[in-house]
Amino acid sequence: MTEQLREAATAGGDVRLTGIGKTYGAFTAVQPLDLTVPQGSFFALLGASGCGKTTTLRMIAGLEEPTSGTVLIGGQDVTALPPYKRPVNTVFQSYALFPHLDIFENVAFGLRRRGKKDVKKQVEEMLELVELGPYARRKPHQLSGGQQQRVAVARALINHPQVLLLDEPLGALDLKLRRQMQLELKRIQTEVGITFVHVTHDQEEAMTMADTIAVMNGGRVEQLGAPADLYENPGSTFVANFLGQSNLIPAEVTGSADGSLLLSAGGARLAMPKARCATEASSVYLGVRPEKITIAGADSEVAEGRNRITGTVVDSSFIGVSTQYVVRAETGQELAVFEQNMDRDTRLTPGAPVVLHWNPAHSFGLDAAQAIDAGTGEAAA
Amino acid sequence: MTATAEAAPTQVIPLQDRPPRRRLTPYWLLLPGLAWLVVFFVVPMVYQASTSLQTGSLEQGFQLTWHFSTYWDALSEYKWHFVRSFGFSAIATLLCLAIGYPLAYTIAFKASKRWRNVILILVIAPFFTSFLIRTLAWKTILSDSGPVVETLNALHLLSLTDAIGLTTGQRLLATPLAVICGLTYNFLPFMILPLYTSLERIDPRLHEAAGDLYARPFTTFRKVTFPISLPGVVAGTLLTFIPASGDYINAQLLGSPSEQMIGNAIQKQFLNVLDYPTAAALSFILMALILGMVTVYMRKAGTEELV
Repeated sequence: MTEQLREAATAGGDVRLTGIGKTYGAFTAVQPLDLTVPQGSFFALLGASGCGKTTTLRMIAGLEEPTSGTVLIGGQDVTALPPYKRPVNTVFQSYALFPHLDIFENVAFGLRRRGKKDVKKQVEEMLELVELGPYARRKPHQLSGGQQQRVAVARALINHPQVLLLDEPLGALDLKLRRQMQLELKRIQTEVGITFVHVTHDQEEAMTMADTIAVMNGGRVEQLGAPADLYENPGSTFVANFLGQSNLIPAEVTGSADGSLLLSAGGARLAMPKARCATEASSVYLGVRPEKITIAGADSEVAEGRNRITGTVVDSSFIGVSTQYVVRAETGQELAVFEQNMDRDTRLTPGAPVVLHWNPAHSFGLDAAQAIDAGTGEAAA
Repeated sequence: MTATAEAAPTQVIPLQDRPPRRRLTPYWLLLPGLAWLVVFFVVPMVYQASTSLQTGSLEQGFQLTWHFSTYWDALSEYKWHFVRSFGFSAIATLLCLAIGYPLAYTIAFKASKRWRNVILILVIAPFFTSFLIRTLAWKTILSDSGPVVETLNALHLLSLTDAIGLTTGQRLLATPLAVICGLTYNFLPFMILPLYTSLERIDPRLHEAAGDLYARPFTTFRKVTFPISLPGVVAGTLLTFIPASGDYINAQLLGSPSEQMIGNAIQKQFLNVLDYPTAAALSFILMALILGMVTVYMRKAGTEELV
């Protein structure tokens, strides 16, 4: 089964969207966008609900007609084709398993529609792949959420699609099962090598599974790149806040020296690599991820050349592997700091004066013309 | 922390230790319904069963003589009434399904929310007038000089229905077709409503999933929508077929003596001939036949897996 799927995969599953957009009356769900999903990649469309990610996926599947643009799959223009003629299969959010058919017939559905022979052998092999062999004669409602999810994947994969589309496939599962299924899906994708396009609002899920992530916001692709790339070099405040957590400190550029920008933020003198600043503007946000910051008592020595801000602990919460601090900085913001629990400094309780310091190379710069809280969830509400 | 954790679980009282009054609650709740059934269903049934086994006449009074041959006599005398009853209702039920399914499908999947309510109200609107008035209206609609007959005549369709025995003498009224039309019209809402409820529950994503798995729209209907809506089809056909089989108004008003159904026979025996035993026996035969057919039908449709 795996070899056959691999063959299908190498047949060419590039998905190319050019100028594809969707409007409902006056409402624009997806701004005309260009996107290329390379064959064999695990591609994630990430964004909050209503950002247009599902609409984009449905346009690839043929379930939604684009208002503009074209969809190419493996070089073939499929824009005008109905779903049943496209070389793609979808795993739906609520799985949409056929309640009147057993697991075997659910999985066999696509093969039977195309009049394939030898259905039994293929279905059995596919059920083996998703480890559901013994459940072939059960009805969908007799299975747990995770098992139903695997049936949905098997039902789609058995057709050897050039592209597998996944619409929030793990949304209905509890956290533990979701983690397990993320690894499972990733394993299947690596094994069969088919292009996966995965829609999710869970940034951790996208980062765990995908090779490439397109972060969508307000019907546009905000930024596209590998997970680590997006995380380390966000191009906008939305991406900085939506992917993980960021501390954004408003600052003014005061000068530059050996590839570094020198900044002033409410009295503190800070620096960051010029290469990591996404803007030429003089008003910027200096961003730093909470885990990159070291927290220490106010009297501690700080090595020369590190960014340094003093402040007061507002809140600390112990979460096992780390302790999360909220510190009110001298510059006025509240900054988050994640500290691994190796040598916990018991003096760092709320009210304690502290100094925060980090390697300037771990800072990134964003244009201060954007909303500072875009993508935090508070801004969306 | 530990103290509260220990205190919590001791509150569960086993069923048999609960105060008797609380254990009896379900039975008290059943009482009104049970009382109603006993007074208005069980007692009349027993009374009718005993009537069907009595002999005598109105003048001399009836005596319970366990005269079972009344059943046999009634059945052989009125066998064609039974045949017509089940034949007409079966055709009417199929017509209801053919008309009702597309309509229910449209309401459930194609109509906007506002239109959905408008159409549903239109479906049940006929109930605001009496059954009798509606059937009388059909008498006018199907009358010999009415527009329906004229149109059908112009299209030479009545010669066709004459040829297959649904109509006679180039007219509609007082023909089997008129009775079937009346039955279909009067029982159509009982078909549409259960069909609508079962279709409306179907997740539209199942249609998308079928399309995604290479099923053309018609295949999607045949392999997904229709099988899932089967409980509605079964409910609708039963709710149409059963009352239609016992109906006598349509045959009375739209048919001639040769379209009489079993309902007409029972009515005549009870109210005109005053042969109560035969009337009661016919009622029981009708009930037994319907029960038998429904049982076979439910077995065939295999609904227990679907509901």
